[in-house]
Amino acid sequence: MGAKTSQFNVKKQLEKIAEQFPTFQILNEEGEVVNEAAMPNLSDEQLKELMRRMVYTRVLDQRCISLNRQGRLGFYAPTAGQEASQIGSQFALEKEDFILPAYRDIPQMIWHGLPLYQAFLFSRGHFHGNQIPEGVNLLPPQIIIGAQIIQAAGVALGIKKRGEKAVAITYTGDGGASQGDFYEGINFAGAFNVPAIFVVQNNRFAISTPVEKQSAAKTIAQKAVAAGIPGIQVDGMDPLAVYVAVREARERAINGEGPTLIETLTFRYGPHTMAGDDPTRYRSKELEDEWEKKDPIVRFRKFLEKKGLWSEEEETQVIEQAKEDIKQAIKKADETPKQKVTDLMDIMYENMPFNLKEQYEIYKEKESK
Amino acid sequence: MTRKISFSQAINEAMKLAMRKDENVILLGEDVAGGAAVDHLQDDEAWGGVMGVTKGLVQEFGRDRVLDTPIAEAGYIGASVTAAATGLRPIAELMFNDFIGSCLDEVMNQAAKLRYMFGGKAKVPLTIRTMHGAGFRAAAQHSQSLYALFTHIPGLKVVVPSTPADAKGLLLSSIFDDDPVIFFEDKTLYNMKGEVEEGFYTIPIGKADIKRKGSDLTIVAIGKQVHTALKAADMLVEKGLETEVIDPRSLSPLDEDTILSSVAKTGRLIVIDEANPRCSVATDISALVADKGFDYLDAPIKMITAPHCPVPFTPVLEDLYLPTPEKVLHAVAEMIGDESFVAV
Repeated sequence: MGAKTSQFNVKKQLEKIAEQFPTFQILNEEGEVVNEAAMPNLSDEQLKELMRRMVYTRVLDQRCISLNRQGRLGFYAPTAGQEASQIGSQFALEKEDFILPAYRDIPQMIWHGLPLYQAFLFSRGHFHGNQIPEGVNLLPPQIIIGAQIIQAAGVALGIKKRGEKAVAITYTGDGGASQGDFYEGINFAGAFNVPAIFVVQNNRFAISTPVEKQSAAKTIAQKAVAAGIPGIQVDGMDPLAVYVAVREARERAINGEGPTLIETLTFRYGPHTMAGDDPTRYRSKELEDEWEKKDPIVRFRKFLEKKGLWSEEEETQVIEQAKEDIKQAIKKADETPKQKVTDLMDIMYENMPFNLKEQYEIYKEKESK
Repeated sequence: MTRKISFSQAINEAMKLAMRKDENVILLGEDVAGGAAVDHLQDDEAWGGVMGVTKGLVQEFGRDRVLDTPIAEAGYIGASVTAAATGLRPIAELMFNDFIGSCLDEVMNQAAKLRYMFGGKAKVPLTIRTMHGAGFRAAAQHSQSLYALFTHIPGLKVVVPSTPADAKGLLLSSIFDDDPVIFFEDKTLYNMKGEVEEGFYTIPIGKADIKRKGSDLTIVAIGKQVHTALKAADMLVEKGLETEVIDPRSLSPLDEDTILSSVAKTGRLIVIDEANPRCSVATDISALVADKGFDYLDAPIKMITAPHCPVPFTPVLEDLYLPTPEKVLHAVAEMIGDESFVAV
């Protein structure tokens, strides 16, 4: 030991860090308001809309899984369980805000304005899937884990420079928070005080690796401390808590107070992706049961029913609407012209370089036969 | 009106003109302003980068447009990619091209593919300026010429100028190009002076320049090796050979026509590339001529490159490592089977 008695109370230091990141909650598992002072100022109609979007998103997830199994969709990352995290956060945004999603964040993209059939085309690998309509502020789903974190800082840098009242919000999972890009991104955003919101949806597993095995840090929110930005841990199964955390972060950002890191504690009921991992091999039944009790839709339904704002008929209506929309969107995706090699060459550069033009002509010739 | 300025001044001037022309052009990188918020330093004392190439920019454009970033390449290159995709036109300085290992994802998977993955609906008007080249006694991790890495990746453009005038015109083209461009600056050329036009002008990316006309032999040379080729060409005149020296100036896209028509005329090709020899721009150009110009050739193609080893720190070995006019003469001697060509 360096000194006769230790000069560093490291145990206390670590305890103090953990104390600073309590889980923010408004609705408990029974749908009861446990934090009246934190209740957001949302109208009855807005509360119902939040519920409709969560139910709709759950149906979309179930249908996407079936469509994937039927071979009618390609890449798909299940979302059930994460609705409060995804929809609650998107609900706090304005149209002018930019979303930088990861591959699981298709719901936020849809509610921000991406037509459903394009989400299906993305899943099928069709280039039109990512041709985001004019005026819809989205980047395509990021596939490289954590790359979107620094990109959000870049988008926010532009927002700040142009003096716009908007934010860049990005999503990653607990796994993404282990990436070097994550640290560089939150650090960059803090250093330049840009309007960014970093949402880490901690669904407890990076594919199969549990969060406890990914880091010695007790929370992901505390990683904000090193970057000198606020870090907030929120119950990611509580749509109102997520909404309030993001809304406040947004307000700070547009008031010039810089970025925020938000950790949402959530759970994905399904596998990491439909590409083949089997969650029963890395998660216990007990853990799954424990999290299903926290279900965001069940919780919010109870809350709304108590207020007399929700009925079975209304829910059925949303489910039917979702199914119909999905059917129409699949039809539209099926009717989209198939892509050709020349299409892919067309979209690589502003003006096609002559080296590419040569290859383009060869494929065009083949395609004309 | 032209005047003599250095390679480094030409690059500085191009950035200044671009930033005056378009408010969305910003410059960011490590130490590009110099002395960020050092109290005893005012901005007019900011040093403008490790080699002073960006000196004076922060004075004119302020620290909102000339950003000293954290020393984290993935961070600021990654941020530049999306700042570009959402309206800015950043010039990001990757101090040495050797640092690409820290941010290759941002360039290879993000900048290069964003337009493609957006179905052509997004653009990434980003210029990454980066230093390359051996001969500066900067050792194995600060001396490489890694342009072949980027030439391999679709979606990027790659520019390697060899003179101040080309550097200025090509950098302005790069900055105002709507696709990502990797712009290579050989650190040993920074002090080289040349005639440069005043004011704004561009040189198209993808157009080679014939630096010397000749009918007996074609030399295609990259970056500062253009000057090796020109020296060799002077020496070859004494041997009765007229050499054509082609500077591709951009490696992606590559001006194949200019190279092929020259070989069609001369029947002989030497490629000088100071990078490592495997899967390089030298092999690429040789393959191009072997594939599309085989019938023009009177002799096998010769490549003059570095050996396949890291750049040595020892000055003696570093000098041996690089191509020289003498090595060119050796190659010519072999090519035409006449040993009298070898300079003694």
